[in-house]
Amino acid sequence: MASNTNSTDVSKGATGTAGPLLHIRNLQLSATVYPDDAKPHTVTIVDDVSFTLARGQVLGLIGESGAGKSTIGLAAMAYGRGGVHISGGEVLLDGVDISGASRRELRKVRGRQVCYVSQSAAAGFNPAHRLIDQVVESTLLNRTATAKEARARAIALFDTLGLPNPQNIGNRYPHQVSGGQLQRVMTAMALCSEPDLIVFDEPTTALDVTTQIEVLAAIKRAIRKTGVAALYISHDLAVVAQVSDEIMVLKNGKTVEHEDTRSIIETPKETYTQDLVNVRSIEHQEKPPADTPLLKVDGITAIYPGTDVAVLSDVSIELSAGQTLAVVGESGSGKSTLARVITGLLPPAKGSLTFNGQALPPELKQRSREELRELQMIYQMADVAMNPRHTVSTIIGRPLTYYFNIRGRERKQRVAELLDAIEMGEGFADRYPAELSGGQKQRVCIARALAAKPSLIICDEVTSALDPLVADGILKLLLELQSRENVAYLFITHDLATVKAIADSIAVMHRGKRVRYGVKSDVLTPPFDDYTQLLLSSVPQMKAGWLDQAIVERGL
Amino acid sequence: MSYILTLLAKRLAISALLLLAVSALIFAGTEILPGDVAQSVLGQSATPEALANLRRDMGLDEPALSRYFGWLGGIVQGDLGTALTNGTDIADAIGKRLYNTVFLASTAAVVAVPLAISLGLLAVLYKNRWPDKLISGTTLAFISLPEFFIGYLLIYFVAVQLGWFPSVATVYDSMTFAERLNAVALPAATLTLVVLAHMMRMTRAAILNVMQSAYIETAELKGLSAFRIVAKHALPNAIAPIVNVVMLNLAYLVVGVVVVEVIFVYPGMGQYLVDHVSKRDVPVVQACGLIFATFYIGLNMIADIISIVANPRIRHPR
Amino acid sequence: MFSRIPISAIIGLTITSLFLLTAAFAPWLAPYGLAETVGGVWEPMSSQFWLGTDNLGRDLLSRMIYGARTTIFIALLATAISFLVGSILGLTAAVIGGWLDALLSRFVDLLMSIPTLIFALVVLSVLPANLLTLILVMGILDATRVYRLARAVAVDINVMEYVEAARLRGEGRVWIVFREILPNALTPLIAELGLRFIFQVLFLSALSFLGLGIQPPDADWGGMVKENKDGIIFGIPAALIPAAAISILAISVNLVADWILNRTTDLKGGRSGQ
Repeated sequence: MASNTNSTDVSKGATGTAGPLLHIRNLQLSATVYPDDAKPHTVTIVDDVSFTLARGQVLGLIGESGAGKSTIGLAAMAYGRGGVHISGGEVLLDGVDISGASRRELRKVRGRQVCYVSQSAAAGFNPAHRLIDQVVESTLLNRTATAKEARARAIALFDTLGLPNPQNIGNRYPHQVSGGQLQRVMTAMALCSEPDLIVFDEPTTALDVTTQIEVLAAIKRAIRKTGVAALYISHDLAVVAQVSDEIMVLKNGKTVEHEDTRSIIETPKETYTQDLVNVRSIEHQEKPPADTPLLKVDGITAIYPGTDVAVLSDVSIELSAGQTLAVVGESGSGKSTLARVITGLLPPAKGSLTFNGQALPPELKQRSREELRELQMIYQMADVAMNPRHTVSTIIGRPLTYYFNIRGRERKQRVAELLDAIEMGEGFADRYPAELSGGQKQRVCIARALAAKPSLIICDEVTSALDPLVADGILKLLLELQSRENVAYLFITHDLATVKAIADSIAVMHRGKRVRYGVKSDVLTPPFDDYTQLLLSSVPQMKAGWLDQAIVERGL
Repeated sequence: MSYILTLLAKRLAISALLLLAVSALIFAGTEILPGDVAQSVLGQSATPEALANLRRDMGLDEPALSRYFGWLGGIVQGDLGTALTNGTDIADAIGKRLYNTVFLASTAAVVAVPLAISLGLLAVLYKNRWPDKLISGTTLAFISLPEFFIGYLLIYFVAVQLGWFPSVATVYDSMTFAERLNAVALPAATLTLVVLAHMMRMTRAAILNVMQSAYIETAELKGLSAFRIVAKHALPNAIAPIVNVVMLNLAYLVVGVVVVEVIFVYPGMGQYLVDHVSKRDVPVVQACGLIFATFYIGLNMIADIISIVANPRIRHPR
Repeated sequence: MFSRIPISAIIGLTITSLFLLTAAFAPWLAPYGLAETVGGVWEPMSSQFWLGTDNLGRDLLSRMIYGARTTIFIALLATAISFLVGSILGLTAAVIGGWLDALLSRFVDLLMSIPTLIFALVVLSVLPANLLTLILVMGILDATRVYRLARAVAVDINVMEYVEAARLRGEGRVWIVFREILPNALTPLIAELGLRFIFQVLFLSALSFLGLGIQPPDADWGGMVKENKDGIIFGIPAALIPAAAISILAISVNLVADWILNRTTDLKGGRSGQ
């Protein structure tokens, strides 16, 4: 990928045009931690990271949580969160080392040479001021434009970023604008002072897929138009690949691989990079539905108490024993409400539930212990799904005692078997949830569900909070357990890649309605309805140029 | 704008309702509990006939509800009734004392509020460094001190040993403003010290809370000066919580006044109330209790109103 | 977890224990009787009377030791009442919800809209002056705060997914309250216990100082301040001694409570070192 030719347009007569814009050399970042049970000590978060970034270039930083990617991004502004500081190496911006710069010097860098776009614009904007005032603030302080010029520039940027009503949207307050729009306004704010470099820190992670593609397209267009250089930070390789010229893969604060985007995607050298590229590519052979379904949801309409809006309207689905039905939708589609209805937490206003050929009482209180046992649930946040004051053996053992009256030695034996089944082992029995990693926590939750020997487990976004590789491990485990125990899954997710990996049939939800439903191969084969088309075409593909193609196809 | 007015009207209505409920509670608290007013006046050795006569004279044989409305109706018209012990008009006796109490409390507030906010700001600016630790440590100790410890310490050292201020806060009508200030110096200082610690700790927490918001980081990454970050980005959002803190502590000050007035023998509402509690003079206690509660409810209401008005989400609804 | 107790908490724990021991063994420790006149009025500190004598020529040290017993005993009883009433009602309101919760919560709002001291004065102006009344008034008025805390903590925990998971399993109310909610609500409640105890000590002292608490010749520290306050303007600091004792006890308990409170935030969600 060659450096853009128009990059000189934006260099604004800076001194070091010949050299790279940003040169990070042997960067080491550390933080002091103050644990309760030990003396304060320093830990190294990022070690020996080096790269250069030319004007107008985009470098993607990718890695799982704890990789240090955001920390590096902020180091490009010589900023550290929560006591993180530069403990070694250099950060050369336009040839000047800013790693030891004074506050006064840094103020000339931040908001002028380098700007920042955060993951949550909703929190990043000051609730007390109008958007436009915040967007033009650093431009005015830099005195690079008059108030009138800055305003005009901001409005032009709103237009470039595809914001509705660019003339007036700036007069609104942050809480009056949607999340996807705020993310674009924040990008406009970063671009407004015409910096050389923008640090994008997971700018689309908090958004729904169909919104993500719009914001992504807007960011890409703006980068192209202004010729600004960027560090683009994300945990999602498919997203990074769409906007970056080069990609650097990070793990535990160290560089794994740094190549141009096409090489990383198509010919990754390191095993870790290969794993990241091949994530969510589990092949799953779909099974045909059985004649009699295990669970039949018939014409369900649900309304939350105290409101009159139907969160679900006339939803019907069927699920066969030992199979997986994926319920897909974005936030507000009613997919989690469906889970609440099936579990009996929210009795439906209309419609009926049939389980194993028997009518399932709508309310939790009316259900028998046997009915409760047959239907288990796994949550998105394993953290809060387990009592922090219970040990793993209590968490997994309680259903054994409660449903089967298994106690003492036999219970201990059974807990050990279950821990083996989730590939963790007996040694974890006496640990508390706080002592487990994210993936381990979710595994314990799976074991708790399995302990009841259910015929159906509802999985509510069980992999969404996990890093991609860990999520893959969980999905593989779920598939293996399914083939062994013949348990059915109702798999609720917003992630279509996950759906492809494990579903036998799919229900697509949109605004409380089931818009598409059937076996996986049918649902994923054209012709599509409008929403499914939109949803499918919005999922970032792990290939270079996907976004450009999507922009052309959709006219974004 | 109409949305905000509705909210404010609602808040005012709640306060009015609360005040009504409190008046009922105070009335009930002194009427329904064992031992009635006639018994208190005549003492345990009173003959049944004497009790019955007095009850009839005072209207105590009427049903409680009609007596409550009679009492409430009187209060609304400014008639607080007469004291049992000496038959004087309560409203007359309270008038001057109320002024004295408000004067003392305001003097304390005028000193305490700016001091607490500046100390709170100072602690935030030097967070986790020695000035913060010193301020936080001292205030942690101070919130545990009873009013009379601070009060008598001041009397013992400042009034008796050093002789700077009078130990007894005597005030009379012909006093000049400066003389009056001199007289209330020590009680006001005591009150200030009592509320200062709470107010400062809560101010510090409120500002820190705002300073930890993501938009402060945004401002910092925009290269703004520390002054501009605090003045333009932190302050507009910190005003509501700080005002809230101040109002809550002023409400607390209203209570502290009772003990401080007794320490310094200051002729205010607090001392009047305490005197008449020991004499079991129920009408006076009811009247004073209601006035104190009114101040307390009013200050809490102002705190809420300011939070409503300062919230941009409410001022500029979607 | 207990390997690093901060120095402030150690000081707090030590002094608090000393006070508690003094209260427990008062009759054995006090050199003279409680109401025994042993010397002149307001004698200065001496080897005979370590803290001097009081306004009636009684040994101040002995009265301080007996006063510790009265003050701490009554404050503990009142704290126990406020805690039992407040936390049981608060947890119940949170778990059962509905009209019971609404009714209790509105009533507590009402009680809390009158300053505690003022309300206590109003009530004590009609109730018979005895120990039982005093303890009940102190306990019940303060139960409102415990109620609010217990309810708030329980409501927070009640919506956690692990409680929902227990409900979906079919667990009864007893398991949910005692095994799921209580273990997680305990730490904040225990820290609050310390703060409530301090409040009761200060509240009792204030009432006694105003002449509405413990009646003579029995004495608590607040009452002793009242007895000796007239000496202050003559330069006799006897009243400062019980006042200082109240302050030291309150500060010590505060140091301990502060430490527990800080630990609580660490334990929530198991995120230590944050």
